[in-house]
Amino acid sequence: MNKTSDKSFFTFFMDGLRWTLTGNTIYQVYMGLLFICMTIGFYAYTVQFNQGLSVTGMNNIVSWGLYISNFTFLVGVAAAAVMLILPAYIFRDKDFHKVVIIGEGVAAGALVMCLAFIIVDLGGPLNAWHLMPVIGVFNWPSSILTWDVIVLNGYLLLNLGVPLYILFCHYNNREADERKYRPFVILSIFWAFAIHLTTAFLYEGLPARPFWNNPLLGPRFLASAFAAGPALIAIVLTIIHKWTVFKIETGIINKLRIIIVVAAIINLIMLFSEVFKEFYFPTHHSLSAEYLFFGLDGHNALVPRIWFAISINIIGTLMLALSPRRNAPRVIIPASVLLFTGIWIEKGIGLIVPGLIPSPMGEVTDYIPTWVELWVTAGIFALGIFVVTMLVKSALIIEERYERQKAAVSS
Amino acid sequence: MMSSKYIQEEFSDIIDDIFDKKTGRRSFLKGMAGLAAAGSSLTLAGCSNNSPFSEENILRLKEYFKGNFTLMSQEDKNATIKRLERLAKIKDGLDLKISSKGPIPNVLFGFALNVSRCEGFMDCVQACVDENNIDRKTKTQCIRVFEIEHGEMNVQSGNGKYFHEVPVDNHFYMGVQCFQCENAPCIKACPTKATWREDDGIVVVDYNWCIGCRYCQAACPYWGRRFNWNDPYIPAEELTRKQHYLGNRIRPKGTMEKCTFCIQRTRTGRLPACVEICPTGSRVFGNLLDPKSEIRFVLENKKVFRMKEDLGTDPKFWYFVD
Repeated sequence: MNKTSDKSFFTFFMDGLRWTLTGNTIYQVYMGLLFICMTIGFYAYTVQFNQGLSVTGMNNIVSWGLYISNFTFLVGVAAAAVMLILPAYIFRDKDFHKVVIIGEGVAAGALVMCLAFIIVDLGGPLNAWHLMPVIGVFNWPSSILTWDVIVLNGYLLLNLGVPLYILFCHYNNREADERKYRPFVILSIFWAFAIHLTTAFLYEGLPARPFWNNPLLGPRFLASAFAAGPALIAIVLTIIHKWTVFKIETGIINKLRIIIVVAAIINLIMLFSEVFKEFYFPTHHSLSAEYLFFGLDGHNALVPRIWFAISINIIGTLMLALSPRRNAPRVIIPASVLLFTGIWIEKGIGLIVPGLIPSPMGEVTDYIPTWVELWVTAGIFALGIFVVTMLVKSALIIEERYERQKAAVSS
Repeated sequence: MMSSKYIQEEFSDIIDDIFDKKTGRRSFLKGMAGLAAAGSSLTLAGCSNNSPFSEENILRLKEYFKGNFTLMSQEDKNATIKRLERLAKIKDGLDLKISSKGPIPNVLFGFALNVSRCEGFMDCVQACVDENNIDRKTKTQCIRVFEIEHGEMNVQSGNGKYFHEVPVDNHFYMGVQCFQCENAPCIKACPTKATWREDDGIVVVDYNWCIGCRYCQAACPYWGRRFNWNDPYIPAEELTRKQHYLGNRIRPKGTMEKCTFCIQRTRTGRLPACVEICPTGSRVFGNLLDPKSEIRFVLENKKVFRMKEDLGTDPKFWYFVD
């Protein structure tokens, strides 16, 4: 292979961007919607930036809201890429090897959203450099938040670096050298567990908040992530299979389904264990759970949401586990959507907000997000979906060309 | 407004800083300040319509690139205080007196509250708001008083929002504020070391170093911390002008604040505002290292207890009964 004929990284990037922005009419509408959401989200953020976080529904009692809830949930989605990476690289599963790049794309998009949610939640985003090692003051190892900064950024680099290296090689019609990237793949497997455990420890390490100060939090984060993340990947794969020229073998989706079912069942068992502990012999420490499931002092904003979330969580799990047509896309897609949404509500807002209610002084208040928060959140989701689309679409096009090229050479 | 000589001096300062590589990190930051001047001063200056190189914008820029208070030399501290005072003068025509007075040697501050004497007038709450320049718009309070029925002994069962004549029969009153824990979960949580324990035991916040992540607020088991959700509003005639860098100076929006035992008063030998105003004399403040202090008398002769002792936070705030 002639090295000098290599196209530059810049053309690689520009081609990727071009592929992302072009497509048929439906695709253009989809892109247009993403840009509209991003624009309104950006406008909403300028309002918040100028007036302060007082334009959100947060207050001194519920001091974290929608942003941190979504951050927490999306860390799980990002971590779930490991459920494809592990079988693909360790067990050398051929099916998974073909789609692992899609999993990594989803993870990178989720991480971009996580970091964006952290930035918009900061009271002083311009001071964010204070948190950077060397030029700022990094309270490591004492503050778990500094650990989270390390693991999230590291995981983003791993999940961008490895696929970009492979794709860039294939883009130039070269075989990627597995000896070069394999160590980083192995590292990213451990790293995936680290990002989610570290994020759980953010909450788990606070004796001030009995609802979070619970050793099951970390493991349950992992279980729910390994259900919700692969559910999202299954949805993405099915969409790619049905609406694009790229075909995904049904065997892959079935394997994913089994992973989702196992993780979802473990998650439900842990949920049951938590509910038992809170309600068999309720103490003062159970007040947050009481607020979440039944309401407290007449405040019950989360009650319908949590019951809805748990119901669709169970329905989704049962559909994936027991439905006679469970391998058909028309079961897998709705079941995955139900499961994903259920875990999103339960592990996002259903975990963060009740942890802060009642306040340590026993005061109860409801938290209602404002339009600013809702639009900023929508904008960040649009940004994340855009990033995932860009990575996945470019990856699919490059891979397909590369395979065709390889076939042409060998024949 | 400003002389061209001033601009020249400031500029040569900045240029010097950029090319002076000897002092390392600080000069790198100052260099960045210089480079970023043209672009970002407009953003940082908000809506001010002066030129990007006005005195105000240059001061703001230098403020933006200053370091954590604990890493500042006395010279740096004096410089930032001068800038802050000048900015208040330019922006709002205020003559402020900001101090950076450090802890007094051999002093460890402690607080005690007599729950059998307090009658819930909440004068302490108001005095604290006035003294510490706390935002009036959000009606933030750093001291809260809970009305608790006899037979109970925890604030969670109490009522923190009473609007009736006090004292009420069969009830007693319990004030809470930051307890200045020796083993403070908030300090441990802060990712940028923007909050720390001073040598006299006061837990303070560097308002300019805080990034506003609110992790300390989640970590505090006593609900001792308040966030500035907007730019604080204090009517000029109610503003306390004698301020401390770590105390009652006006906080920028998006940063954390808390009770500092009125650091601007107590480090000059005065009592905290809440202690001074208390009409029932329920509040006792003093030096825990001084065997002859009133606080030591209370600790040695009264039945005292602390809130949520089981968490091991070791607060320097005791409740006692007569």
